[in-house]
Amino acid sequence: MTEANVRNSRFDLRRLTKSKELLVFAFLILLLVFAPLFLSIFRVNLLGKFIAYAILAIGLDLIWGFTGILSLGHGVFFGLGAYCMAMYLKLEAAQGKLPDFMSWSGLESLPWFWKPFTNSALAIVMAILIPTGLAFVIGFFTFKNRIRGVYFSILSQALAIIFSVLFVGQQAYTGGTNGLTNYRSIMGFSLSSDTTKLTLYYISLALLVVTYLFCNFLVKRRIGRILVAIRDGENRVRFSGYNPATYKIFVYCLSAAIAGLAGAVFVPQVGIISPAEMGIVPSIEMVIWVAIGGRGTLIGAVIGAILVNALKSGISDSFPDVWSYFIGLAFVFVVLLMPQGIVGLVKEMARRFKQPPNHTEHLSTDKAA
Amino acid sequence: MKKILATQLKKRLTGVISLTLVAGLLLTGCGAAQTSQPAATTSSGNTSGNTIKVGILHSLSGTMAISEVSVKDAEMMAIDEINAAGGVLGKKIEPVVEDGASDWPTFAEKAKKLLQQDKVATVFGCWTSASRKAVLPVFEENNGLLWYPVQYEGMESSPNIFYTGAAPNQQIVPAVEWLFKNKGKKFFLLGSDYVFPRTANKIIKAQLKDLGGEVVDEEYTPLGFTDYSTIINKIKATKPDVVFNTLNGDSNVAFFKQLKDAGITSKDLTTLSVSVAEEEVRGIGAANMAGQLVSWNYYQTTDTPENKEFVKKYQAKYGADRVTDDPIEAAYDAVYLWAAAVKKAGSTDVDKVRQAAKGIEFQAPEGQVKIEGENQHLWKTVRIGEVAADGSIKEIWSTGKAVKPDPYLKSYPWAKGLSN
Repeated sequence: MTEANVRNSRFDLRRLTKSKELLVFAFLILLLVFAPLFLSIFRVNLLGKFIAYAILAIGLDLIWGFTGILSLGHGVFFGLGAYCMAMYLKLEAAQGKLPDFMSWSGLESLPWFWKPFTNSALAIVMAILIPTGLAFVIGFFTFKNRIRGVYFSILSQALAIIFSVLFVGQQAYTGGTNGLTNYRSIMGFSLSSDTTKLTLYYISLALLVVTYLFCNFLVKRRIGRILVAIRDGENRVRFSGYNPATYKIFVYCLSAAIAGLAGAVFVPQVGIISPAEMGIVPSIEMVIWVAIGGRGTLIGAVIGAILVNALKSGISDSFPDVWSYFIGLAFVFVVLLMPQGIVGLVKEMARRFKQPPNHTEHLSTDKAA
Repeated sequence: MKKILATQLKKRLTGVISLTLVAGLLLTGCGAAQTSQPAATTSSGNTSGNTIKVGILHSLSGTMAISEVSVKDAEMMAIDEINAAGGVLGKKIEPVVEDGASDWPTFAEKAKKLLQQDKVATVFGCWTSASRKAVLPVFEENNGLLWYPVQYEGMESSPNIFYTGAAPNQQIVPAVEWLFKNKGKKFFLLGSDYVFPRTANKIIKAQLKDLGGEVVDEEYTPLGFTDYSTIINKIKATKPDVVFNTLNGDSNVAFFKQLKDAGITSKDLTTLSVSVAEEEVRGIGAANMAGQLVSWNYYQTTDTPENKEFVKKYQAKYGADRVTDDPIEAAYDAVYLWAAAVKKAGSTDVDKVRQAAKGIEFQAPEGQVKIEGENQHLWKTVRIGEVAADGSIKEIWSTGKAVKPDPYLKSYPWAKGLSN
């Protein structure tokens, strides 16, 4: 084999695996597009919720899988986005009157920061902007000060506690532990009608596609390589003349924006948001979805989020008393036996299938090059 | 060479194990989806066939499981009893159990599943107000029926919910009145930070203002909070006649232990709790709570022939060490009340059952209860009890007859403006 030949085949191989991922994604989307034909509206609604989670998982994968920053507080951004949307839905349900929980809690008039949320478009914009703004402030002070690794993870966890306690405590303004629920309609369309549910499902699906394609585009550009470089050797990136902090702040903000969007997609389909959803446990669960799907591959995040949640929902339906043990066992097995997640396992299988084992070494050096 | 072989073997084994695992998980997932599929296609599944499906929706995992599992047990026992006596409308009741997992969106999801997928005739479930608020829109949208067994803060009456626990005027309001007459004017309000204690305290403040009492302090701690030394110091400093306690869950254990450690017993200070029943007293330790007061509609010691029978059956079924308490009894009543309404209606249709349920009476372990048609709450007897050294609760005062439920406190002039 000549030198050129090798390079050529190497190039082809890389392109092939890349397009394969897109192919799998296209197939998955196709499945989801036709799913409502075979499922009851209840299942479709549930699937819509999983899609909201999948959108969030893409953002989380971007920051953890690609950039190597483990955020254990993404529930906060998800929750903030969800609350923005919920405030709009609650106000629409109240029809100009004071939302029910405010009158129990002794408020006489609508607080000023609730007023903008009467407008649906503004609420959706806020659902993305508020998490982004928060991420910018936190990112600015942590990444500029070179706080990283486990210290950042602990900080992000503290964020999750702070916000859930804050939202529980401010019952008059946030609905307390109950959260915000009991919505009637979205932009005039009744939330209980099947058509609205189906429309919301397809909107979520479209947003998933857009988010995926955008992130996919991003990680293939130069910025994507810089993110991976930050993950693999931050100091080297700094010595090469890049400022990692700028990139980290950017990716943190982007992933917060995606989480906020996911929250806004989640609320009208699920019908409730409560402070428990922004706490530590859900935040860690989100990381688990990405880990199970396979971090560092966007498709893995999508598969992980949908699969884990579908299993959770399915198993708890069939075994209400012991389902949590099943899920726990599954997590332990996956972590022990599939460190690269489902996507990693499939790749490994495919590689072993194609090539005898002693080629493995050769391939891995290829990748590093 | 050996090493290489071993690693290869290990790798292959890992692959095989993980593959089977994934396949297994997928199969379970599909199985679950498939088993529930037929229910979706047969539209009026609830009355066709030989059984009537009913949903049971409680937290079987998470922080609330400790309270809700025994409530689920009581409902299952009632279903078994009714089935053993021939069922309803000649059909057996078939419970479909779901786990709300102490998580409000999960409650909403499972409620949707029970109503849309399983097409259950009714659901018995929930404990916290938050979970009830989460499922309320689901029941209203799907015109389902929920039987809610726990005392709560009132200010609600959904046409799709029957409330078999106490409304505020059947627990809190009479307790405050009794305390004011017998124990003193100065109240210290202590509660967990969520909707029930906050709303309850709002009611108490309005009532005390009317009676001419005084609130010396009002304190809230987060759910799960366990360090009460600061609060106990505040109690010492403000010298109230009564501490009105709306703490929930574990916090009660910490509060009463630390109160005793601080040398304050029931002789020095009266406390009255509205979220501590026999089950909770076991957790707190009877020694820590002896002599303190509680307010409910039912105690394990309530002296009726129905209750003797009920306690005996419950302990025979679930173990002699188990106790019965107010929510357990209210959940048990709910199943019987629903069955009676179905018999009267001759159908499990929600609208017909709701209509038939009005005014239905049942000789419950707590005594005669009756469904008030106007707001779908129960007429209940109010009882104030004192915790004995052995952990049982002895009734020291009761209204003697069932009190009409008034969730919005409309019949109390001082409560104007509390609900709107």
